[in-house]
Amino acid sequence: MVNNVVTVRGLTVVRGGRTVLGGLDLALGSGVTGLLGPSGCGKSTLLRALVGVQQVRAGEVTVLGQPAGSPPLRSRVGYVTQSASVYDDLSVVENLRFFARVLGVGRDRVAHVLAAVDLVDHADRVVGRLSGGQRSRASLAVALLGEPELLVLDEPTVGLDPVLREDLWAMFHRLADTPSERGTGTAVLVSSHVMDEAERCDRLLLMRDGRIIADGSPAEIKGHAAARTVEGAFLALVKEAAA
Amino acid sequence: MSARIALAVAGRVLLQLRRDPRTVAMMLVVPCVLITLLWWMYRHTSVFDAVGPALLAVFPFVVMFLVTSVTTLRERSSGTLERLLAMPMGKLDLLLGYALAFGLVAAVQAVVAVGLSVGVLGLDIQGPVWLLAVVAVVDAVLGTALGLFVSAFANTEFQAVQFMPALVIPQLLLCGLFVPRDLLPDALHALSAVLPLSWAVDAMQTLTRTSATADVWRDLVIVTAYAVGVLALGAATLRRRTP
Repeated sequence: MVNNVVTVRGLTVVRGGRTVLGGLDLALGSGVTGLLGPSGCGKSTLLRALVGVQQVRAGEVTVLGQPAGSPPLRSRVGYVTQSASVYDDLSVVENLRFFARVLGVGRDRVAHVLAAVDLVDHADRVVGRLSGGQRSRASLAVALLGEPELLVLDEPTVGLDPVLREDLWAMFHRLADTPSERGTGTAVLVSSHVMDEAERCDRLLLMRDGRIIADGSPAEIKGHAAARTVEGAFLALVKEAAA
Repeated sequence: MSARIALAVAGRVLLQLRRDPRTVAMMLVVPCVLITLLWWMYRHTSVFDAVGPALLAVFPFVVMFLVTSVTTLRERSSGTLERLLAMPMGKLDLLLGYALAFGLVAAVQAVVAVGLSVGVLGLDIQGPVWLLAVVAVVDAVLGTALGLFVSAFANTEFQAVQFMPALVIPQLLLCGLFVPRDLLPDALHALSAVLPLSWAVDAMQTLTRTSATADVWRDLVIVTAYAVGVLALGAATLRRRTP
């Protein structure tokens, strides 16, 4: 791929004296990419570095041709943290209106994203009284407001019922495949520690202990490790590395 | 800097307060109850005329300090601060938004407390009453600034509240409420002169004593300078990149 959405070179992050990422390299294109790995392997830290909210020891992170976190990127990248970052004491629609004003987008976007995350019926309910899944969808809706070119999602499907998970994955693909006014779809990067979500991605990054241990389409990764499932491939790769 | 974003933040903070009528009632009613209590305690002496004006400076400061430190701490711990700073939001926009919202609440509080003290309880004011309200508002913004600043050093709401005895009560003791500042030992007098609340109380006391306002404006300038300085310190604690 010539035009990478994200390029990472030698990214090193040290948190509390522990090296979480040690010289990580990565290139990311369009489509839906899954970042899979066990809890604590550095997924969130990597995503935070891409969005530009992580203190970085060394390395270079370029997003859409700009250094990660630089001011022009702040309206082009959408970011959803692991726990829902919305105001619990406001209703869903009040949250969206506030963030829409901050982003400088019109009110029509509020109605649009409400429908996209299927919260139209709960629009006037206070976020604090919603279920966990509904809260995380409200948080996701905020990230969709600005029609970002890159959407970074940290474990968005945790704790959701299977039907809803299915819907969300369908939405990620819709976002990736539907060209916006810019003429391109949204590049979507989704992290998860649930390996069975891997099959739904166009491309996979398997991560363990701060390193990317495999990178390719689900079929390529399974074929390479001669495994039937992505989980099997992950295990085979870990054993291979230990041998 | 963007007026649109600062106003969006102010509107959102006020909306959150509206959702919390108990806090609003506490902010408006408790100062009035305490002022009335003091008036009642000292009804046969002239003490109320001496401490009444000081209280009009103390309440906006203390109440706004508490409310702001807890509100901003929530903003930090809920992830909404990180989300806002990953959006096209200037730190100054956020601080101004908060100062605007709480300044407005302080204005309402000041009108109620001054109205009660002067109109009902017969506190004698020589200077212009509106200037009394201006001092109260600037004083409240100072409390807001200090609250914003300390929220960076607290991890829980419990810790945030603990900053009150550390930072607010010494100012309360030395501001001239208990002992006129001129009668303090030299070292304590010097110390009281660097504490901003002393100047706010001084302004209030001058307004009750004389209709000449030159000293009041000097005090106001000093309190404003402190508020701006502490807001700048608060801005320095808002980091886009965190460990």
